Amino acid sequence: MSGITSQYILETIDMIKLHHLDIRTVTLSLSLRDCISTDIKETGDKIYDKILKYAAKLSPVADQIEEEYSIPIINKRIAVTPISIIGESCTDKDYVYLAQVLDKAAKAVNVDFIGGYSALVEKGFTKGDTALIESLPEALKVTDRVCSSINVATSKAGINMDAVLKMGQIVKQTATTTADRDGIGAAKLVVFCNTPNDNPFMAGAFHGYGEPEYNLNVGVSGPGVVRAAVEALPDDVEFGDLASKIKKIAYKITSTGELIGREMAQRLNIPFGVIDLSLAPTPAIGDSVANILEAMGLEKCGTHGTTAALAMLNDAVKKGGIMASSHVGGLSGAFIPVSEDAGMIEAVKSGSLTFDKLEAMTSVCSVGLDMIAIPGNTSPETISGIIADEMAIGMINKKTTAVRVIPVPGKDVGDYAVYGGLLGEAPIIPVNKYSCSKFVNRGGRIPAPIHSLNN
Amino acid sequence: MEESKLIITITGIDKVGIVARFADILAKYQVNIEDIRQTIMQDHFVMIMMADFSKANSSFQEFKNALLALGKEMDMEVWVQRKKLFDKMHTI
Repeated sequence: MSGITSQYILETIDMIKLHHLDIRTVTLSLSLRDCISTDIKETGDKIYDKILKYAAKLSPVADQIEEEYSIPIINKRIAVTPISIIGESCTDKDYVYLAQVLDKAAKAVNVDFIGGYSALVEKGFTKGDTALIESLPEALKVTDRVCSSINVATSKAGINMDAVLKMGQIVKQTATTTADRDGIGAAKLVVFCNTPNDNPFMAGAFHGYGEPEYNLNVGVSGPGVVRAAVEALPDDVEFGDLASKIKKIAYKITSTGELIGREMAQRLNIPFGVIDLSLAPTPAIGDSVANILEAMGLEKCGTHGTTAALAMLNDAVKKGGIMASSHVGGLSGAFIPVSEDAGMIEAVKSGSLTFDKLEAMTSVCSVGLDMIAIPGNTSPETISGIIADEMAIGMINKKTTAVRVIPVPGKDVGDYAVYGGLLGEAPIIPVNKYSCSKFVNRGGRIPAPIHSLNN
Repeated sequence: MEESKLIITITGIDKVGIVARFADILAKYQVNIEDIRQTIMQDHFVMIMMADFSKANSSFQEFKNALLALGKEMDMEVWVQRKKLFDKMHTI
């Protein structure tokens, strides 16, 4: 069969059947800049029509390719230009209306999520940015599929602490307005440092300023495959060989994403954008980044050695994956969302994995403090402190970091937040009880860091 | 025409008529068998066929459904995939 052995064919089938190899998302990234007008209804109509025009075939073509290759494509998504810009010229800045239009369009074309209800405010707010941020608690309450990201820091601009303070309040309010669903609104809202322009993953996907009119970005997934490969090695394999094995598997996973992405782009007649190399876990047993770290030799994820293991995993995945694709972008690293990873949940329950350890882990992987349920009585200032710490890690290390925490209304340590689907469920994790209120209330910006003397 | 090449993998408990009955479906749909391998692995029968779909007289989905239906009837697991997947994944 021209070089393809039976062993390779059976290995591929095992990767799909037993180890959850899948394409996590095919994300149509679409500019809405030509939808701007002074009338909010006209803007909404243009947005709706454009999404329907360009995304109508996304879902059917994905289904067709899924059948032909027998590779599950878990999510179909759309990312649009940050809506803060699109609504800014409207006389009536009713951003909630625009969120509802996005939601309606996403449902009409049968995609799972639509991202880009976003603003980039690392140096300050425009009128549109302010209006969009103020609208978030209501917008994320009245919509189902809309995702939002707010970029509050970059390595070149520093950290906008006014925005950090504001987002602490907004995260809290958003969780409160969706209290009947364990604060799910906050699960669709992420605060970024150094946000990428071509990320296909939610909640952070949006169509960046330098992007073309439209293109297709693909996110792969495969923690289960990596775990199985690591588990198959003898316990005493040295680190060079361990890294080498991970690189080979990452190559295979990414090749699959590249193939599916290019095939989809060709059939939809749109340009192919990037592959995001991220190892994205699912709540399915075994499809867990935490389990990979444990397969490397940690008794439980979160114990001493976890950060080193994750750093090696993250680097090996990038090295293996980058060779398999002509264009790599997005977040590209191992994700550690607590609620979406059965191994992480187990590690939190056992007491091995703490909030502070998660923060340390985010300094060596993608993307940040993700899908962490915290007590409902956590103050907005404490949430701002959490955001500030994470932004600082990203700013200083010139990497993307993010915070998606959910202060679950009415629940406390020992309780569970349950979201279902890819968002999974999470045990509430304790946060530091001492105040950072004076610090986060200072106002202004933390200046951009020096880019030399890297110590 | 690499585009039209399929890999069909059939696994399960060995029994009389597996090759004959699956080959019969391929013939019915005008799908040419270009290579065929079979082996027994851990008491399981494994048959892998490379086939050319370019002259098929039906849609991919209809052909795949016919194979899956026979797989169900014979209690065999059936995978029908474009060959490009394996080329891309296992070669540099």
